[in-house]
Order: sequence, then structure tokens, then C-alpha cells
Amino acid sequence: MTQHSASPAVMRSKLGQARGLGSAKAGFHHWWGQKLTSFALLPLSLWFVTACIRQIGHTRAEVAHWVANPLVATLFVLLLAATFQHLALGVEAVIVDYVREEKRKLASILIVKAACLLLALIGIISVLKLAVTG
Amino acid sequence: MVGRTSDGRVVRRPVSPHLQVYKMHMLMVLSGSHRITGLALGVGTLILVWFLVAAAASDAAFGWMAWVVGSPIGILALIGWTGSLWYHFCNGIRHLAWDFGYGFEMSTLYASGKLVLVATAVMTVLTWVVVFAVR
Ligand code: HEM
Repeated sequence: MTQHSASPAVMRSKLGQARGLGSAKAGFHHWWGQKLTSFALLPLSLWFVTACIRQIGHTRAEVAHWVANPLVATLFVLLLAATFQHLALGVEAVIVDYVREEKRKLASILIVKAACLLLALIGIISVLKLAVTG
Repeated sequence: MVGRTSDGRVVRRPVSPHLQVYKMHMLMVLSGSHRITGLALGVGTLILVWFLVAAAASDAAFGWMAWVVGSPIGILALIGWTGSLWYHFCNGIRHLAWDFGYGFEMSTLYASGKLVLVATAVMTVLTWVVVFAVR
């Protein structure tokens, strides 16, 4: 095997090249998830606010009937999924910036992710219940 | 977070710098506000979930939720929520434009920042004009 030093044009160490590991692993996934959910939330939040305004003053039965519409139920499930995924990633970024101690950092992130998952599921299951029972 | 460089050394990845080192200016306040409104919207999701749970539960649960949300404090919270949403929404578009490589010139940063503030105010006022008109 020939011995060669890293050329200046190649901005990675030989070990880095051999392992094929760049920076774009979990970091990319996090960044992409934040972008994707941001794009999804643009139309979804416009829909949510206008739709809610139109429900003002309605009874529970009327609201339930509205949510039970398959299109509305689908939009609610999408809104909940995008919102809580975006929120979990967003709060993770905040925790990484402010919590220095590793164990506390990891614990806080796990608690936030668990809470987001729980709230998303409670919301989605409520929507599904309304979609089925109307 | 802790990570490794490509030659295997363990390093702390860079995170946001300390606030105290900088002189405050408009762009910083706008940037910090994106974070604060994002967290406020996170608290607001509790109302969204409460609304759905109550609608799926009973007339009594829904009535209580509607009473709290419609009370003066509830309305005030919702005004804060819509203001946060429209700020985060508009500034979020600004963030996404940066991700595509647009808008980094200093003059553009200030112009888009002012646009975000004006659009937030217009959208929030418009939202509540409509709310009070239909109810
Ligand atoms: C309305 C559409 C939305 C758009 C376009 C949007 C856009 C964004 C973008 C681009 C970021 C990343 C900022 C960065 O790169 O540092 C972000 C962060 C964040 N967003 Fe949103 N977002 C939206 C809605 C929401 C909602 C509904 C919530 C809460 C439930 C939320 C909570 C957050 C949080 C907590 C962060 C992290 C803040 C930080 O790291 O400083 N966002 N948002």
C-alpha cells in the first residue's frame, strides 16, 4: 500500500475518509426534520386559525361533527404530528444550547420527547375518536 | 453536545454563544424572539390538546374548556398565542429563505426583519378584528 499524506484539497483526515463519516449524520436528520415540519406548518397553521375562528360559539356536538369530517380529521392529525415533531426538535436545540451537564442534558431531551409524543398521541386519539363517533 | 472529529478526538460541538458578550441590536432581538415565540407556542399546544380531548369527552368538559378559553384571561392568552404564531410564522419564512441561501446582506436582514414586524402586527390585528366581527 502506498503511503500518502492528506492533500490540502481534501478537508478530512485519513481516518475520517476511511470511516466515511462526515458531520452529516444525526445533525442532518435534525436539520431536515425542522425544515420539513416548518414547511408543513405554514399551510397547516393558516388553516387551523381560520378554521377555529369559524367554530367560535358552536356547541360541542357541532364541533365534534366538524372534526369528524375525514378531511378535517386528516388535517388535524397532520397538524398534531408536524407541530409536536417540530416542537420536540426545537426544544432539543434550546436544551443543547443552555444545559451544559451531559446527564441533565440527556434527561431533559428525553423528557421533552416523551411529553411531545404523549401530547401528540392524546390529540390524535381524540381526533380519531371524534372521526369514528362523530 | 459531545461528538467526535473525523480523526477521533472527542470534542464539544459549538452551541450558541453567550449573550452577554454582545451589544444588543435589532437583529439579535428578532432572533431571540423566534426562540421565545417557539417556546410560547409549545405551551399553547396544551390548549390545542385540551380542546380536542374536551370535544371527544363530554358536553360538560367542552363547556368548561370553552368557558376558560373565552374568559378575559383566556382571550388575553389567545391574543398572545396568535401574536406569537404570526411572528414565528413570518420569521420562520425568513429562516427558510436563509436556508436556501437568500437574504444574508446586512441591508436585506434589516429590511426583512422590519417586514416581519409589520406583517406580524397586521396579521394579529386582522385575526382579532375577524374574531370579534364573527362572534
Ligand atoms: C407556523 C409555521 C412555523 C414555521 C414556518 C416555523 C419555523 C421554524 C424554523 C425555521 C425554526 C428553526 C430556527 C433555526 O434554524 O434556528 C423553528 C424553530 C422552532 N419552532 Fe417553529 N415554526 C412554525 C411553527 C411552530 C409551532 C406551531 C411551534 C410550537 C408548537 C414551534 C416551535 C418552535 C421551537 C420551540 C423552535 C426552536 C427555537 C430555537 O431553536 O431557537 N414552531 N421554527
